[in-house]
Amino acid sequence: MQNSVWLRSLVRCRPCRPWLPLLAITAFAAPLILPVDALGQSTDPTTAKQTSRQNEVQKITIILARELRDAPPPLSLLDFPPEDEGIAGAKLAIADNNTTGRFLKQEFTLEVVEAAAYDLVLRVKEKASAGAGFVIADAAPDTVLALSAALDGQNALIFNAGSGDDALREENCRKNVVHTAPSRAMLADALAQYLIWKRWRRWFLLHGTQPDDLAYAAALRRAANRFGAKIVEERAYEYEVGSRRADGGHEQIQQQIPTFTQNVPDYDVLVIADESDQFGEYIPYMTWDARPVAGTQGLVAASWHPALEQWGGTQFQSRFQKLANRPARPLDYNVWIAIRSIGEAATRTRSADPEKLIAYLKSAEFDVAGFKGRKLTFRAWNGQLRQPILLSTPKLPLTVSPQPGFLHQFSELDTLGVDEPESKCSNYAP
Amino acid sequence: MSRIGTALSISLAAGSILFAPQISAQTVFVTNEKDNTVTVIDGDTLEAVKTVKVGQRPRGVTLSKDEKWLLICASDDNTVQVYDARTMEFVKSLPSGPDPELFILHPSGNPLYIANEDDNLVTVVDIEKGTVLAEIPVGVEPEGMGISPDGKLLVNTSETTNMAHFIDTATNEIIDNVLVDSRPRFAEFTKDGRQVWVSAEIGGTVTVIQPETREILAKITFSIPGIVQDAIQPVGVRVTKDGKRAFVALGPANRVAVVNAETFEVEKYLLVGQRVWQLAFSPDERLLFTTNGASNDVSVIDTEKLRVLRSIKVGRYPWGVVVASF
Repeated sequence: MQNSVWLRSLVRCRPCRPWLPLLAITAFAAPLILPVDALGQSTDPTTAKQTSRQNEVQKITIILARELRDAPPPLSLLDFPPEDEGIAGAKLAIADNNTTGRFLKQEFTLEVVEAAAYDLVLRVKEKASAGAGFVIADAAPDTVLALSAALDGQNALIFNAGSGDDALREENCRKNVVHTAPSRAMLADALAQYLIWKRWRRWFLLHGTQPDDLAYAAALRRAANRFGAKIVEERAYEYEVGSRRADGGHEQIQQQIPTFTQNVPDYDVLVIADESDQFGEYIPYMTWDARPVAGTQGLVAASWHPALEQWGGTQFQSRFQKLANRPARPLDYNVWIAIRSIGEAATRTRSADPEKLIAYLKSAEFDVAGFKGRKLTFRAWNGQLRQPILLSTPKLPLTVSPQPGFLHQFSELDTLGVDEPESKCSNYAP
Repeated sequence: MSRIGTALSISLAAGSILFAPQISAQTVFVTNEKDNTVTVIDGDTLEAVKTVKVGQRPRGVTLSKDEKWLLICASDDNTVQVYDARTMEFVKSLPSGPDPELFILHPSGNPLYIANEDDNLVTVVDIEKGTVLAEIPVGVEPEGMGISPDGKLLVNTSETTNMAHFIDTATNEIIDNVLVDSRPRFAEFTKDGRQVWVSAEIGGTVTVIQPETREILAKITFSIPGIVQDAIQPVGVRVTKDGKRAFVALGPANRVAVVNAETFEVEKYLLVGQRVWQLAFSPDERLLFTTNGASNDVSVIDTEKLRVLRSIKVGRYPWGVVVASF
C-alpha cells in the first residue's frame, strides 16, 4: 500500500523576493578615539619592530551571494528558515572583523546579492570586475560552478558556505573555490564514528527519493563501509505530496510508520537520509522496533548548533543573538567562519589586496579559530575547511566528531570526509 | 612557688613553644566554574577543607594586596564578588561590566582591571569605593590581564582579535597592539618588568614581548611525543620571581611545560590532570598549583624537584586559583 503522509502541496520558494533590489549593506564599527599610532608586530622573532604608518584605511569588500531557489517548506512549523539566514552570520563576522580592523586601519564591508541563479552570476561577476575579491556563496552546486567560471582568471575567491555536495570537492573542485560548509561525506563520517563508538553497528537505512536524499544516503553507505557498520536493510520512503496543514494527520501516521518499518532484520539504529525534510521528523518514536534515529533527523551532524557553549562558544552565541535576535544556524556559522577567515588573513598579511589574502588563505601558515577548540585550516588538496562536526539533538550538541580513537597520520580532522589519497580533485592548487 | 617548680614550669613553657603545632602557612582558593563554588585547600596538609557557595560561573580569582579580601569574577552574575579571605563571609559586590572573566589588581592594591568577555571592554573599578573609573574598548573577547610591576602598563589580550593590547594606566588608553597567534588567553609580566609572556591557546605558542619597545623577544613552541599538536593549547603562564623559570599550562595536552625563562627552551613536561588551564605559586614559589578543569582536580607541583606531588579533588571544572600566605 502506498504510504501517504500528510504533506504540504504548496511549493514555497525560499527566499523569494525577486523584486528585491540589490541590497548594499555597509557595516563598519563607529570610529573610536584611540591614540593608536604604531601597528602590530610581525610574529617573526628575528625581525625588529615594524613601524608602518598608514594614513589610508584599507578597504575589503565581501559579497554574500544568495541564490533564490524554490524549496519545499519544512515539515515542522518551527523549521522555516529566517529571512536573513546566512546574512546575519555575515553581519556578525563583518562586525568582528571591524573590531579588530580598527587597530590596523582595515575596514570590511558587506554587499548582499540575492537573485536567481542566472542573475546572481551576472551581478556577482560585475562586482568582481569592480574589484571585490571575495564571494561567500549560499547556492546550489551548479551555481557555485557557474560563479567559479564567471570569476575565472580574476583575483577572486569563492567560499562555498551552503552546499555539502561531495562532487564540488572532488571531480568538480575549482581553483577559485574553497568550502566552509562541511561536505556530506564529512557529516556522514562524523555520525558513523559516533555510532561505531557506541557499538551501534547494524543500521537500517531509510531514505527519501529526492536527489539530495539519495546523495546523503550514498554518503551514509560510504561511511558505513569506511568505519565498519553494516546496513542490514535499506528502504526508500516514497510518498505522495499532500496538504501538510490539514486538520488531521497523526491518526494515519501512527499506523503507517510502524507498518513501514516492520520486518527489518535485527538492527541497532535507524539512519535516515531525508534532506528534503518530507517525513524524517515523524520517524523517532514511531518505528516498529524501539530504536534511536540518527541522520538528517534525530541525532544530526552539522557544523554548528545554537546551544554550543564549549570553547568560548557562549561568546559567539551571545553576540549573534544580540545582532540577529534569533539563534545561529549552521549556515550562519559557515558564512561567519568564511568572512572571519578573510579577516584573519587581512590581519596577518596587513593587506587588503585580494591576491595577497587569497595566497595567504591557501598557504600552510593560515589558521583560524572557530569556537571548536582547535585550529581550523583549509585542506591543501581541495580547499575544504577541516573542522570538528557537532552531533546534536534539536536542543543540545551531544558530542563532537572526530571521536576518540579514530587516528590519522596528519590530522584527526581528516578522518572526516574524503582524505587526500582518495581525492579525485585535480583542479585545485594552493 | 619553689625554685625547682618555677624552673620546671619555665622549661615546660619553653618546651611547649618549641613543640608548638605548625600554623598553616598558606591557603589555596580554587573557583569551580560549573559548581558555582570555591574550594578552600589547606596549603600545608594539601587537603580541601571547605567548599563555599559563591556567585554563578566563578572564574578569575585574586586576593587584595593585604590578603584581607578574596575577589571572584562571578561571570554569569555580571559582578565581582568580595569575600573575607579568612572567614569566606560575603562582604560586598563590585560593579564589573558584563561577563567579567579575568582581572588584575594594580600593584598598589587599587584599582582593579577587569576583562569583560562579552562586550569587548576592560572595566576599571575602585575596589574600596565600588565605583567604575573607566571603560576601555579593546578587541573581541578580552580575557588575559597582565600589569607591569610599576603599575604603569596594563596588557589585555583579545581572544578573537588575536592581539595583546598595551594600555597606559595613567590615561587608560591603548598605546599599542601586538599581534600574536590564535586565541590569546593569558598575559604575565616578569617580576623585573622586562618581559610580558602571552599565551595563544589555538595557535599553540607563547610569545614573549618586551613591554617598552613591544619587540617580540621569543616565540615558544611545544612538542610532546605521543600528543597531537592540536591538543597542545597554552593558557596560564607563571614566571618565577628570579626570572629563571616559567611554567605554562597546556590545556588538553594535560601537561605543564617547564620553560627555561632565560633561553626560552622547554626543559620538561609534567603530567597533571585533564585540561589544565590556570596556575598559581605558593608565596615561597616552592609549590605550583594547577587547575585541571576536565578531571575536577588541582595538581600540586614541587617546583624544585619538578615533580607532581599529588592531586586534590575539588569541584566541577576548576578554573582559577590563588594562594594566600596565611
